[in-house]
Amino acid sequence: MGAAAGAGPDGGAPARVAVTDAAAALLARLREQHGELMFHQSGGCCDGSSPMCYPAGELLTGDADVHLGDLELPGFTVPVWMSRAQFEYWKHTHLTIDVVPGRGAGFSVEAPEGVRFLIRSRLLTDEEWVALRR
Amino acid sequence: MTVYAAPGTAGAIATYRERYDHWIGGEYVAPANGRYFENPSPINGRTFTEVARGDADDIEAALDAAHGAAPAWGRTSVTERALVLNRIADRMEEHLEELAVAETWENGKPVRETLAADLPLAIDHFRYFAGAIRAQEGSISEIDEDTIAYHFHEPLGVVGQIIPWNFPILMAVWKLAPALAAGNAVVLKPAEQTPASILYLMDLIGDLLPPGVVNVVNGFGVEAGKPLASSSRIRKIAFTGETTTGRLIMQYASQNIIPVTLELGGKSPNIFFSDVAAERDDFYDKALEGFTMFALNQGEVCTCPSRALIQSDIYGQFLSDAVARTEAIVQGNPLDTDTMIGAQASNDQLEKILSYIDIGKAEGAKVLTGGTRAELDGDLAGGYYVTPTIFEGKNSMRIFQEEIFGPVVAVTEFSDFDDAMKVANDTLYGLGAGVWTRSGQQAYRAGRTIEAGRVWTNCYHAYPAAAAFGGYKGSGVGRENHKMMLDHYQQTKNLLVSYSPQKLGFF
Repeated sequence: MGAAAGAGPDGGAPARVAVTDAAAALLARLREQHGELMFHQSGGCCDGSSPMCYPAGELLTGDADVHLGDLELPGFTVPVWMSRAQFEYWKHTHLTIDVVPGRGAGFSVEAPEGVRFLIRSRLLTDEEWVALRR
Repeated sequence: MTVYAAPGTAGAIATYRERYDHWIGGEYVAPANGRYFENPSPINGRTFTEVARGDADDIEAALDAAHGAAPAWGRTSVTERALVLNRIADRMEEHLEELAVAETWENGKPVRETLAADLPLAIDHFRYFAGAIRAQEGSISEIDEDTIAYHFHEPLGVVGQIIPWNFPILMAVWKLAPALAAGNAVVLKPAEQTPASILYLMDLIGDLLPPGVVNVVNGFGVEAGKPLASSSRIRKIAFTGETTTGRLIMQYASQNIIPVTLELGGKSPNIFFSDVAAERDDFYDKALEGFTMFALNQGEVCTCPSRALIQSDIYGQFLSDAVARTEAIVQGNPLDTDTMIGAQASNDQLEKILSYIDIGKAEGAKVLTGGTRAELDGDLAGGYYVTPTIFEGKNSMRIFQEEIFGPVVAVTEFSDFDDAMKVANDTLYGLGAGVWTRSGQQAYRAGRTIEAGRVWTNCYHAYPAAAAFGGYKGSGVGRENHKMMLDHYQQTKNLLVSYSPQKLGFF
């Protein structure tokens, strides 16, 4: 899977989010069409638990959300958000944004390309977990 | 046993058109931008029709048609509107088998379910609201001898509805029937994974409705759904889907100051108390079927009983019997009436389920059965199949906290009533729940303690039109089904009338 690592919100801490090469290349194309972008991780049914990609600012984020980190891509950055309540159940996992053929519902901008962003998860390592809790 | 011929092959009872335009103003209208997208069947992964790829221009055209139709439709007598709904139900019933095959072909679900559930429920839904609207009454309040407050139900006007892909026809009807009964005109956007079966239905019933009362625009969410949800020309938006899009829709609705109905899913607990296993009788057998309901519709149900909580003293035996029952599920051609589980609705859904199976294993949950993609042969190769999967683990694991929307159940044990309630309510969601016990007292206490909008008690996955359905907590806003649904598509007109000739005396 590999690929560009994201940065933690405060720079020094380990990243909670990353992106695959394929997803990074797609983001670069989508940015040409839609301008700056953002992710908000969804929950619930249908396309819940898919990461939703919107033009930056399209979804209002606030105190109810956690900024998981930024995907640092060549020449641009994509912030990744999740609701605070959902984060409580997800905080022990590291998330990599990948892309697969398909057609998500929702208003995520990649759907017309015939692909869908997808979250791949792994457990945070003990070292990452300790560093992130500091 | 019957195996239906696939639409588009010799002997098929359902045939899709090669291409579908938008249904606007009572006729098919080509998309303004001239674009179409391919629509594959999840049964074999191959495209069987193409569908108009709508955008804001098509939504505007549909809104024009709806606004043209709404005033007259809203003034139509309830007798007349009920008659239209009953005629729709009759027409659907005449074509039930055909619609069931069409729905299975597009969605991938087994035809035994579309024949016995999706279509009969949809038909009954129209009949229920035909009856409900005729029986609905306004009210009067006698303020004093000479002052009366009259309350009338009036339609909202034009409403927007965004439909999910898991029950394409039934979920459309859940929204259409009350909206139409209440006198509204509708612009409806089906899911991009299942855009065609609702148009198959419109082909059959379109002539029964005045032009413009129901308009269907297909397309991708960002291109067609967003212009509908954010339009200042709708008086309400109804959506079934997930939380982030639900928030976005509320945000758009706030800009236009319109109400929303949102159904955003759940992570429903299915609770089995010790006394379930007191005897090996019909009830025990029913409870095991209740456990196995996680595989209904391939698990693609907002109320999928995807967390099974089993009391410790029966845990081992009940779970062993439940695994055996799950392994008896017949997977195969969805068009075969013997098939119990069909195909997941799309490739991305398949991929998502497999990614959850990965994280479940990584978190240390144990796979008791299933846990893999099912590769089927012959005509089904290329379809999206998953073997029914049982995980054993802890409620803090992600597979216990997120709606996987696949045939995957996460099982854990509980010690006593309080422990069961604590685990059941330890979730962001509150849509459905199941309680299984031989004790009426225990069933009642559990049902009232669980924070969910629907608690099935000694049953599961029944959806009668007269039972209110909707979520507590993060599962959404508002209800569907039940006559209370009429309120969601009406506004109250109060005439406050004085019959007194005497002035107040202020001025």
